[in-house]
Amino acid sequence: MLWLLFFLVTAIHAELCQPGAENAFKVRLSIRTALGDKAYAWDTNEEYLFKAMVAFSMRKVPNREATEISHVLLCNVTQRVSFWFVVTDPSKNHTLPAVEVQSAIRMNKNRINNAFFLNDQTLEFLKIPSTLAPPMDPSVPIWIIIFGVIFCIIIVAIALLILSGIWQRRRKNKEPSEVDDAEDKCENMITIENGIPSDPLDMKGGHINDAFMTEDERLTPL
Amino acid sequence: MAHAPEPDPAACDLGDERPKWDNKAQYLLSCTGFAVGLGNIWRFPYLCQTYGGGAFLIPYVIALVFEGIPIFHVELAIGQRLRKGSVGVWTAISPYLSGVGLGCVTLSFLISLYYNTIVAWVLWYLLNSFQHPLPWSSCPPDLNRTGFVEECQGSSAVSYFWYRQTLNITADINDSGSIQWWLLICLAASWAVVYMCVIRGIETTGKVIYFTALFPYLVLTIFLIRGLTLPGATKGLIYLFTPNMHILQNPRVWLDAATQIFFSLSLAFGGHIAFASYNSPRNDCQKDAVVIALVNRMTSLYASIAVFSVLGFKATNDYEHCLDRNILSLINDFDFPEQSISRDDYPAVLMHLNATWPKRVAQLPLKACLLEDFLDKSASGPGLAFVVFTETDLHMPGAPVWAMLFFGMLFTLGLSTMFGTVEAVITPLLDVGVLPRWVPKEALTGLVCLVCFLSATCFTLQSGNYWLEIFDNFAASPNLLMLAFLEVVGVVYVYGMKRFCDDIAWMTGRRPSPYWRLTWRVVSPLLLTIFVAYIILLFWKPLRYKAWNPKYELFPSRQEKLYPGWARAACVLLSLLPVLWVPVAALAQLLTRRRRTWRDRDARPDTDMRPDTDTRPDTDMRPDTDMR
Repeated sequence: MLWLLFFLVTAIHAELCQPGAENAFKVRLSIRTALGDKAYAWDTNEEYLFKAMVAFSMRKVPNREATEISHVLLCNVTQRVSFWFVVTDPSKNHTLPAVEVQSAIRMNKNRINNAFFLNDQTLEFLKIPSTLAPPMDPSVPIWIIIFGVIFCIIIVAIALLILSGIWQRRRKNKEPSEVDDAEDKCENMITIENGIPSDPLDMKGGHINDAFMTEDERLTPL
Repeated sequence: MAHAPEPDPAACDLGDERPKWDNKAQYLLSCTGFAVGLGNIWRFPYLCQTYGGGAFLIPYVIALVFEGIPIFHVELAIGQRLRKGSVGVWTAISPYLSGVGLGCVTLSFLISLYYNTIVAWVLWYLLNSFQHPLPWSSCPPDLNRTGFVEECQGSSAVSYFWYRQTLNITADINDSGSIQWWLLICLAASWAVVYMCVIRGIETTGKVIYFTALFPYLVLTIFLIRGLTLPGATKGLIYLFTPNMHILQNPRVWLDAATQIFFSLSLAFGGHIAFASYNSPRNDCQKDAVVIALVNRMTSLYASIAVFSVLGFKATNDYEHCLDRNILSLINDFDFPEQSISRDDYPAVLMHLNATWPKRVAQLPLKACLLEDFLDKSASGPGLAFVVFTETDLHMPGAPVWAMLFFGMLFTLGLSTMFGTVEAVITPLLDVGVLPRWVPKEALTGLVCLVCFLSATCFTLQSGNYWLEIFDNFAASPNLLMLAFLEVVGVVYVYGMKRFCDDIAWMTGRRPSPYWRLTWRVVSPLLLTIFVAYIILLFWKPLRYKAWNPKYELFPSRQEKLYPGWARAACVLLSLLPVLWVPVAALAQLLTRRRRTWRDRDARPDTDMRPDTDTRPDTDMRPDTDMR
């Protein structure tokens, strides 16, 4: 009798948990990819932990606080490591709706990942999209800060250059004497404008007959 | 000609003094920096790759020797001799040719508009490189946070960052969209940097050029060393440099080589004329021309090696990822243990599985992974820098550092070219005396930079990239070729070959050899005529552009669309505008002469003046004919 009951139970379980069954989810783990040398082997103890995590997630759902580890059924464990699981109700006759299981897993995905040292890419619940981490948005984007710094430096540099240019010009205007010495060398200077010497004498201001002045300067080197 | 052979007219620099380079190195670096630009990094390697690898160097060298160096020499020589910017130089050669100078100024203005926009994009990427992880490394999640944004999912994180988060591009050129504020402030910053460096002309440029011209070489060396140590680099180099001689039979190769050498040396901008005009007249411009052209050439090669080794790494990386994805599909579907199929075993395993479970394998999304396919994927222009390189950069350890170095290099390269381009606009304006004498030079440069910045804001619109491509294709290419052609013809045939050789003999101490004379007289104009014809032929095809349209069925491929009527009109206008100055100026000059002749004739009715006498250009604008 007991044997019959046992077979019946396993048969029912087998029906409930099957690849592609209603409310069943496929899980895929990539332990070696995630951990490399430190990868652990997937054995029944790990399966037990998995069942415990799923049960834990379900218990957080209102109305499902009575979920036990035995309500979570695993099947078709492959070498990949992948398997299917379903969560049954306390009567163990029906499986809980996929929507509930999905939302429960989604809310606790982080805890489940951490229990196995995996992340969203290496512990995949096919058909349950994981909630992506919110993008790290600092209140002020970094590029604006750097831009602000650089722009301020540029503005200061421009201001300094303009100011130094103004000072230089003021200094030059106050020293016309230096200009006179150079005029002697300038006799041969010919510009494009029809051979009239260029006019450094403008610096002296006033109305001066330039041609006359040039002659004068040449003859009186003092 | 302004300065007849007389003792040292340059010694007299007074109130009107023309600024001078502090030393020869500044001048050489400025010309080199102007010549070496973004094109050396992202255009030459692409051409090399497309046109048969090492074999492309043959037409390239031939074009350099017969076209690039001779025209370059002409520009440096006339700038140095006549000591004026492009407008002054051409007015001095012949008043009827003053349009060439005006055309150069207009062209440089148009080019500076879009070139600095590219520099602004580079600046934006540079600013965004100061974070880890880099913003283009992953797609942003969508609203429910269940997956990634659809556009990003369909293309790639780097493409999404470029087209959406940087440009925010519209799907059509008709749809202008709004101004993107982040691009606008980057553009403002770029123009501020340019202003800061050209504020007092070569006085300030000469100081900055030490950094902006040399820093790219430093970074290229670092990238070269790094690139050669990356896995797959040698495969990239071998594949990309292996010469494919058959491709030389395609005439396109020769034409593209010639146009590339042309733009690469930044000829016909007027920038080299401007720079050379600040030289002392007795400078060996012939040696300078050869040296700078060769340095530019070597830089292109050097950059290609660095670029190809990085591309080889990328191709190998992509190939391995492709294999890995296929292997994962197999493992997941058949539930094999993890990492049970290595990359080498994959073909055998696939064959075996295909034999035993053909239907199941056929359903899997397996892609054919061939290394050559990945190596063949070439990109040029902004696509290389902002999409291909950023993606490669993500795979290199220490990604933000490499990104900073790369974009820093592009920024300084673009900047040094901008100096030449802006100087090509400012020097003629200064010479012509657009603003009164009491206005300081800083104000003029500021005004020019402000006008350029305001005009360039159209490129910060959402459709800005499409407009930039229009400017690049239609404003630059045809005009540069036609203006260069007019330059050579103007100097050789209007100014006179003999007089030009005499001037060069006076400046450099030796007469130009027959090579120079032959290339100036015959080869360069001939080549240029061919290119102009080629460019015109290009226009006969319907004008198309490639749009980024997320709703396109074949997304992420770009959708080919025709330019609307008004855009086509803009294309034509841009390609004609600078060159139109030539006939307009010549006509204006003719009319002025005629009017003067009539006026003189009316004032002195007894003198028997033949109208021709006055229309001869020599009497007015060449005072040295009186001096000789």
